[in-house]
Amino acid sequence: MSPQTKDFLARFQSVAALLLMVVALSLMPQISGTFLSQENGLNVLRQISVNLCLSIGMTLVILSGGIDLSVGSVLAFSGAVAAGLLKNGIMLPAFGVALQFTTFGALVAGLAVGAALGWFNGWVITRFKLPPFVATLGMLSIARGLTQLWTKGFPITDLGPDFAFIGTGHWLGLPMPVWIASLLVAVFVLITRKTRLGRYLYAIGGNERAAQLSGLNLRAIKVTVYALGGALAGIAGLLLTARLDSATPNAGIGYELDSIAAVVIGGTSLSGGRGSVLGTVLGCLIIGVLNNGLVLMEVSPFWQQIIKGFVILAAVALDKMNAKE
Amino acid sequence: MAVSTDATEVGMVLEARGISKSFPGVKALDDVSLTVRRGRLHALLGENGAGKSTLMNILAGVFPADSGEILLEGRRVSFRNPREAREAGIAIIFQELNLIPHLTVAQNMFLGREPLTRTGLIDDARMNRDAAEWLRRLKLEVSPQTLMSGLRVGQQQVVEIARALSMRARVIIMDEPTSAITEQEVAVLHELIHQLKRDGVAIIYITHKLDELPLIADEFTVMRDGRYVGSQAANAASHDDIVRMMVGRDLSEMFSRTHAEPGAEVLRVASLHLTHPERAGDFAVRDVSLHLRRGEVLGVFGLMGAGRTELLETLFGQHPKRAKGKITVDGREVWFQNARQAIDAGVVLAPEDRKREGLVLSLSVAANTSLACIGKTERLGLLDAARENELASGYVTRLHTKTPSVHQLVRNLSGGNQQKVVLSKWLATQPKVLLLDEPTRGIDINAKKEIYALMDELIASGLGVVMVSSELPEILAVADRIIVMSEGRKTAEFTRAEANEENIMKAALPKN
Repeated sequence: MSPQTKDFLARFQSVAALLLMVVALSLMPQISGTFLSQENGLNVLRQISVNLCLSIGMTLVILSGGIDLSVGSVLAFSGAVAAGLLKNGIMLPAFGVALQFTTFGALVAGLAVGAALGWFNGWVITRFKLPPFVATLGMLSIARGLTQLWTKGFPITDLGPDFAFIGTGHWLGLPMPVWIASLLVAVFVLITRKTRLGRYLYAIGGNERAAQLSGLNLRAIKVTVYALGGALAGIAGLLLTARLDSATPNAGIGYELDSIAAVVIGGTSLSGGRGSVLGTVLGCLIIGVLNNGLVLMEVSPFWQQIIKGFVILAAVALDKMNAKE
Repeated sequence: MAVSTDATEVGMVLEARGISKSFPGVKALDDVSLTVRRGRLHALLGENGAGKSTLMNILAGVFPADSGEILLEGRRVSFRNPREAREAGIAIIFQELNLIPHLTVAQNMFLGREPLTRTGLIDDARMNRDAAEWLRRLKLEVSPQTLMSGLRVGQQQVVEIARALSMRARVIIMDEPTSAITEQEVAVLHELIHQLKRDGVAIIYITHKLDELPLIADEFTVMRDGRYVGSQAANAASHDDIVRMMVGRDLSEMFSRTHAEPGAEVLRVASLHLTHPERAGDFAVRDVSLHLRRGEVLGVFGLMGAGRTELLETLFGQHPKRAKGKITVDGREVWFQNARQAIDAGVVLAPEDRKREGLVLSLSVAANTSLACIGKTERLGLLDAARENELASGYVTRLHTKTPSVHQLVRNLSGGNQQKVVLSKWLATQPKVLLLDEPTRGIDINAKKEIYALMDELIASGLGVVMVSSELPEILAVADRIIVMSEGRKTAEFTRAEANEENIMKAALPKN
């Protein structure tokens, strides 16, 4: 089988799995009405937006041969920083002034914090040659602690209508988070397929040593990838905070696992060098529809977890069987 | 000794009859037969891709044949997995050894069949005792409690053989055992093989080094394109006969070289040193000076560990901190900090280990070709597939790379074609100096010939080439000048006219 056919089949399998789920849910008399409603459809899309933002970044990191366990904590800290700055501003004791932030300023600051923490991940990984697993495990704890320090352990709520708009607003009939996630998908599909950076990700994920000997600057590329991953986690944090109108110290716990699951279900190889952003979109949709269907069917949350776990195993097992052919 | 017809019945251990095997898109084996006898070494010869490894994998139970039968001491057998083959007495020693570096020699030897005490724990004392006994018989002077990682490749091979013998192997298959070990270790292995033969073990031996045959082989079989070409007694065929059987035609013009007058000096290296990565105070490269002119091939010969690869890596900017000396490219002094700077200055390295260092196997021919000069394929800041394909197709045509398309993953190409992709990648950067580390290792004779022809063409166009090779005939035929290294030093330099196998080898042998 040629690689192109194989790729197509792998993609086709994910699409088929998604369609199968949609058809199955539509055929269940007790839920089909609700499931097929426009409102539910938008709901699913809105719910997956946060995971999609995280998972795009995770896809880049995994393609490059790494992993980022810190995205859930980075998401929380970015959201909390934006919320805190918007609500309370910041005191600069050295100058004796209190800075107040506009909504836009707070958003930029939240995004910048995400990018900075991601950059730090990349710096630690390249400077001290730490395995990404360990470096980002450290950051998982650091960023969570920073969030709790910053929020003093309490949610920051009531952030105003402008801020809430990016989480709950609509434009042309679609929720804002869906627009934002879609825009990011478009941008990163372009980056992975059509730019140097994208090609370099596949190259260093496929064979780091050969990439280095071909003159690629591994350090710069890796730092960029982790910074992008952090920035995308930051955006996810802003979306989540805006949707809930609240930044909580425990936001995003365990999100890194959902994100890795989406990437893997989407056919990206955990060892790097193989996969795609579009695959990850499918992975997020599959998880989203599955969650939605299970909730509508009133399956207990305990069972939901178990079923999700088996779906992940099945997806990866299928991928392996394909690779063996 | 000639193989008499009687002997075909006497002492036959393993016989494969009419074996065929297809993989998607290729017929790897087509009606191949092979007979192995007690206490004999049967060499299996053929170019890469001839089907030797496929046949061995079938005999060792790695995968089944599509058709044909295997007889072990006259009984028909079919193995479902390597363990069944091992239990029946067939052991295979792969080119890439199957050993676990962090376990001891004894633990490796008895992996999966550890002797147990009555309480069900591993009986370490007995295991080490038994291992020591086998190592003694094979004259390997290491403790069974040494970690595998502390052994040299040649010693690890002996451990693999000990493991096979301790499982009562009657047939041992060795896949290119001498491709990665030093000359001294080759001699030890050959002696060991004679001992195994005296003990009645049958050996199937895959090799590319025809010089080995008179020393160890009793008979040989040649395969080509998945087919059986012929078998003969080892002493009945000359080197040229065998090559003709392997290639299917005469190879008189294997190394053709159009003579051209070298041009201006393009590379000069003065007193280059590189400290040894592990032994403090020692050097991997010691006081090496050389120069290279455009249109010239400088051959670098040395045994394993002579510092050849390290020399090339240093010139390519891989050890900027550990090295010292003076390097001049095109009259300008340089000290590359990394590969990028070297590439930009026109110095490129095709490494010895193509798969690990030269290529991204999971990417296409096109993506690998453009990897080092991706800027050339960009338009308005985005990669332009049409330009990239055009670039890659140009080199596919020029180098006669055999690939269904430039979109094929490099993983699916043969060794020779992979090497051509590595060369394409570098030629696309318009280099001045091409550093080649064992450019024809592990690739078949036809591809070798094409690579020599390409080198000839490149030299004629004014490129300077430094070629490291451990094959004397190759270096004698291709190089204009030859430097010899031993223990990090340059021990001799010869012009093409002065050089011969004897004076090169003399300079290459370590002094102490």
